[in-house]
Amino acid sequence: MILAFDIITLIFLVVTALIALRVKDLLAASMVFGIYSFLICLLWAQMNAVDVAFTEAAVGAGVSAVFMIATVFQTTRRSKD
Amino acid sequence: MKFLGLIAVLITGGLMLLASNDFPDWADSESPANNKADLSQKYVTDTLELTEVPNMVTAVLADYRGFDTMFETVVIFVAGIAIIAVLRPVNHDYSLPQPDDEDPDLIVLMTCRLLIPVIQLFALYVVAHGHHSPGGGFQGGVMLGASFILYALAYGLPKALVRLSEKRAITLAVIGILIYAGFGLATQFLGRNFLDYGVLYKIMPGVETEAWARSHSMLGVEIGVAFTVTAIMFAIYANLSTRGRLDRGL
Amino acid sequence: MNTALLADLEVAQHINYWVYIVLMMIGLYAMVSKNNLIKKLIGMSIFQTAIILFYVSIGVKKDASIPILDHHIVHEYHHPKDGSTPVPPKIEPDDYANPLPHVLMLTAIVVGVSTLGVALSITQRIYAEYDSLEEDEIIVKVKDYGGHHG
Repeated sequence: MILAFDIITLIFLVVTALIALRVKDLLAASMVFGIYSFLICLLWAQMNAVDVAFTEAAVGAGVSAVFMIATVFQTTRRSKD
Repeated sequence: MKFLGLIAVLITGGLMLLASNDFPDWADSESPANNKADLSQKYVTDTLELTEVPNMVTAVLADYRGFDTMFETVVIFVAGIAIIAVLRPVNHDYSLPQPDDEDPDLIVLMTCRLLIPVIQLFALYVVAHGHHSPGGGFQGGVMLGASFILYALAYGLPKALVRLSEKRAITLAVIGILIYAGFGLATQFLGRNFLDYGVLYKIMPGVETEAWARSHSMLGVEIGVAFTVTAIMFAIYANLSTRGRLDRGL
Repeated sequence: MNTALLADLEVAQHINYWVYIVLMMIGLYAMVSKNNLIKKLIGMSIFQTAIILFYVSIGVKKDASIPILDHHIVHEYHHPKDGSTPVPPKIEPDDYANPLPHVLMLTAIVVGVSTLGVALSITQRIYAEYDSLEEDEIIVKVKDYGGHHG
């Protein structure tokens, strides 16, 4: 493993997870969740798990984020928490 | 309540961190999962000889663990049906502000007109080339479904529903599962176990050995998975973005 | 900073596992304590992907390649240089990453996205009935309606 790359990506991953849970705008939370999926895909590609990385890039950042944004637009965009 | 949750999470995290001292070192070749497990080593060494497929992950997914993949396809199908069932009987006595009915944006329209054929071609390539490169039925199916979602986003949901209406989507999904189960039943009728593809060399034209029969059956099964995933991804999007009414999308 | 020396430290062997456990606990805490329903679902997804990350990291081997056989090996197997019987190639398991965790986690990702879709549809129905996405307001309204609603 390339230690520096791994450590920096993992730090970004934890920071992104915390941001996705703290912002009050639900649309921004869905977007940051898409960024989280992309970062995990990067980690897996570095770990030689190419099929899993391909699937996560297609599913997590493509389809899952779209579903969340569709739900946010049908319900409400503000959250009190 | 939150404080109790925090204490529970801290205790669980602390116990897991203590347990992580016993884990094998990172990327160790001698760890129990890598070295002592004869099964994974046998998957690596015997795949090319027995199934003629260079991609070990696709070989294990579609052939050695074919039951798992079949039921995973059924899970996707049941999720699509469940979303339709949950969202369909909605009472209409209140209204959310709907997006107004304007012409689609010109830049988005032109860009999507260029992009969608390329995405669909690449998705079909990923499905068909899953034996030699990373990919396979599920990845290609998700990309194909995402191309339909892109069409719905650019041109409006009613136009996308003309091309792939809900009835056609569910029919396509069911055909995908029946293809997969059909391969299994065909092997059963020929005398061996369910989903034991080797015996299909008797009915496939131009195939002599069992290994090539397994390789071609894997392709057929991946096509079935791709059909189901495409149809269900688009059906889920159509239902989620209109709360079951299927009139006007995002 | 000499990265070769840094990679031999004792703590560097386990630091990945600590970060995965921290991610799992972030997801679990979000599921338990957040009030908003969509935040709970984001926490569930973070928890699921952290577990998948941990599981895939079991199959990593040092100096190994991806679990796809090279084109030359396949070509030599199908077109042997001399003689007419193709000999199955000798493949060293230590050269390739372990494919079994990858396969299991592909199914896990698929099941995760299906669960997310069903959960989002239930959230939409809850909003249509009670007009709020906050858990405490919904509990109050459920007690108020008490079964006479709808």
